[in-house]
Amino acid sequence: MDFLLNISSSLCLLIGSFLCISGGVGILRFPDFYSRMHAVGVTETLATTMILIGLMLQNPDALVVLKLILILLLTLFISPTASHALAKAAIQNNLRPKLDKRDNNEQVTSSNR
Amino acid sequence: MIIAATLAIFVVMSMAIIRAIAGPTLYDRILAVNMFGTKTVLLISLLGFVMGRPEFLDIAIVYALINFISVIGVLRYSDSAIFKHNGEDIE
Repeated sequence: MDFLLNISSSLCLLIGSFLCISGGVGILRFPDFYSRMHAVGVTETLATTMILIGLMLQNPDALVVLKLILILLLTLFISPTASHALAKAAIQNNLRPKLDKRDNNEQVTSSNR
Repeated sequence: MIIAATLAIFVVMSMAIIRAIAGPTLYDRILAVNMFGTKTVLLISLLGFVMGRPEFLDIAIVYALINFISVIGVLRYSDSAIFKHNGEDIE
């Protein structure tokens, strides 16, 4: 049982580290603010979840697991909210996506606001 | 495996710092700082497990809250002049 817990914890930590590094490469290499935001969203939800679940499997103490669940819930609520506010501020200030093929001088229509 | 995850988090934090310094628009910088803060929460909890002191998790909780407040606090000024410059930097 202990062996199984160790294996699954290591697997979760490994997947989380891989997702973190892929998101880091994404924030360096993507061409545009909005696509970079997509890369950051991957690291902030799935990678955080995987690493925190890996830490939960390491420790049998109930209080530590409770604190880890609290951190996980806070992160899952907070980071989409911050990303939403940031994307809304960017689109309200007319930051256009580079990958958008339409006319770049066209203003953001009021339906997007 | 915890130490490997810690090293991976360090690498990702350095990538976020590079984007925060080099980012062409203001929003890229805010995004990179937000990502850096989230990774700091993960780093604090991982380091607590590495050193065998899980009390560090309290600090991680507080850091998650402070990170959110800081991003929302910067975005409070998103209708000021420096944000209106179509995303380009004003030195």
